[in-house]
Amino acid sequence: MKKELVEVVSQKEIARHIFELKVQGNVVNEMTSPGQFVHIRVTDTFQPLLRRPISICDVDLESRTLTMLYRKEGTGTALLSQKKEGEKIDLLGPLGNGFPLDELSQGQTALLVGGGIGVPPLYYLAKKLCSQGINVISVLGFQSGDDGFYSEKFAELGEAYVSTVDGSQGTKGFVTDVIKNKDLHYDLLYSCGPTVMLKALELQVPAANGFFSLEERMGCGIGACFACVCHVNGGLPSDYVKVCSDGPVFPIGEVVL
Amino acid sequence: MKRLEVSLPGLKMKNPIMPASGCFGFGREYAGLYDLSVLGAAAIKAATVEARFGNPTPRVAETHSGMLNAIGLQNPGVDQIMEKELPFLKSYDLPIVANIAGSTEEDYCEVAEKMSSHPQVSVLELNISCPNVKEGGIQFGTDARTAAALTKRVKAVSSKPVYVKLSPNVANIAEMAIAVEEAGADGISMINTLLGMRIDLKTRKPILANKTGGLSGPAIKPVAIRMIHEVSQAVSIPIIGMGGVSCAEDVIEFMLAGASAVAVGTANFVDPFICPDIISQLPELLEKMNVSHIRELIGGSWRECEVPSLSR
Ligand SMILES: Cc1cc2nc3c(=O)[nH]c(=O)nc-3n(C[C@H](O)[C@H](O)[C@H](O)COP(=O)(O)OP(=O)(O)OC[C@H]3O[C@@H](n4cnc5c(N)ncnc54)[C@H](O)[C@@H]3O)c2cc1C
Ligand SMILES: Cc1cc2nc3c(=O)[nH]c(=O)nc-3n(C[C@H](O)[C@H](O)[C@H](O)COP(=O)(O)O)c2cc1C
Ligand code: FES
Repeated sequence: MKKELVEVVSQKEIARHIFELKVQGNVVNEMTSPGQFVHIRVTDTFQPLLRRPISICDVDLESRTLTMLYRKEGTGTALLSQKKEGEKIDLLGPLGNGFPLDELSQGQTALLVGGGIGVPPLYYLAKKLCSQGINVISVLGFQSGDDGFYSEKFAELGEAYVSTVDGSQGTKGFVTDVIKNKDLHYDLLYSCGPTVMLKALELQVPAANGFFSLEERMGCGIGACFACVCHVNGGLPSDYVKVCSDGPVFPIGEVVL
Repeated sequence: MKRLEVSLPGLKMKNPIMPASGCFGFGREYAGLYDLSVLGAAAIKAATVEARFGNPTPRVAETHSGMLNAIGLQNPGVDQIMEKELPFLKSYDLPIVANIAGSTEEDYCEVAEKMSSHPQVSVLELNISCPNVKEGGIQFGTDARTAAALTKRVKAVSSKPVYVKLSPNVANIAEMAIAVEEAGADGISMINTLLGMRIDLKTRKPILANKTGGLSGPAIKPVAIRMIHEVSQAVSIPIIGMGGVSCAEDVIEFMLAGASAVAVGTANFVDPFICPDIISQLPELLEKMNVSHIRELIGGSWRECEVPSLSR
């Protein structure tokens, strides 16, 4: 983990309120595990005060370039969206533990399920798995076609399906509808998205076995403040994990959603 | 570096900077980032008799130049902390301030007795000011008689100096300070967080699951300065000042107000290297101010004859 002023290489809006930001720096050399995240300070002032957690979406180790995708939500991401090429960004990372890559062997199939702004970390994961000879099927869920992004990039890496709540693109409905309708078969599930989606997967997908990436509001991002804790399934009431430093990726079923 | 040394009961510090309780975990996370021995001391997360999970999430919400937290004193319990967390800090030259909390006087005494017996603990810090737990903490921190009674009992069982951490959520903070001084407190820590709330416009509900939380960060600095200025003139025991400290200039301001040492809380989240950065910037700042030793600054805003002159 490092703190570094990285340089903005490019920034563009690729879907409604969705920005693709590329930055360059030495810290990128350490970003080898998909599912990890970075903590970004969007100004030099205390307005806003806290850093913003953003997932690692893609990494080019050769050019030391990190790609992040984020949705312009509130103050912090709005300020981030104004950063121009050549400007510096204060980045702390890589943080947390990513998706395990050694659970499958060549020829086996991974199902990647992303919901909305949960899609980005799965892209680096898909690339890594592909390079290890693992088949990747991805299912990406969005509110509508206008909110969708990266589906064609996932399609380059394997079968890719899209669901939209309003039916404007792909299957109308949720990611779970796609998995049922297309009768998808796989050996391991990897998912990141809203908690309601993760819950639905846990309940509706047969023998859901794999890993979920969770989100929680963060203070420090490094395990020091206890802001981001979750209860552990089957543990004592006082047992906990921290999303920032024990996660954000956990085996399905380990954490109470 | 001698010009940064300060001495408080039980705390011989290389410099007046320490991370504040709850903002530094038990040190492990920051140990991966820098050598903890550069710090003057470190206050660790509150300990209670039993392990506590704390409040439901979301536990933090942002505000203008500050944050609200409602962690709820989550910790693994005093025994675990002594067995599993403190030994890790042994390899550092770092006085430890053990923050303790409880729901009853008996709880406090049990934790205090255990903690103060640990060879690595330099002083105790009684947290009678956490706004985030219903049953404990704050009720001791808002009534002078209750606070004094608790201080007296803890002093009786503690083999180490006892600092009392005051709540800013009171009408008369000097009265609280005087009460705990008379009860035998060796020092005062102030301020803890200010009780606050935020409401989400979309859901029309409080953002924090606990509804209310404690406000910290740069937003509360003027409140802390005012209270330290007032309390330091009312008592003769030293004050560890905190509340929004985020740069070397802030440290000077706190000391001028009357603090003998300064704790950095929320700013560690904004920049995990903030404590070592502040420590390395202090000598140059003292140079600029023509101050030969940092302790000359303590209470400089009201101790008129000792105000170091800028023109010297
Ligand atoms: C591990 C992790 C990875 C993430 N990866 C991405 C990503 O790749 N792309 C992306 O667009 N978003 C991601 N998020 C969510 C992103 O952090 C929030 O959307 C962002 O912090 C919102 O900031 P804001 O200032 O725009 O919103 P505001 O609503 O103004 O923020 C106010 C406060 O709430 C916090 N907050 C608001 N929404 C969230 C949220 N959903 N999760 C956690 N904290 C939140 C902010 O950090 C801030 O402290 C991730 C979150 C986590 C925990
Ligand atoms: C996330 C968080 C957790 C805290 N936990 C504790 C605690 O366990 N015990 C305590 O005495 N104070 C606790 N505090 C209060 C701080 O120690 C400090 O008094 C307060 O935050 C003001 O300083 P700051 O503005 O620099 O953060 C906590 C503060 C924060 C932000
Ligand atoms: S954000 Fe501080 S412990 Fe996870």
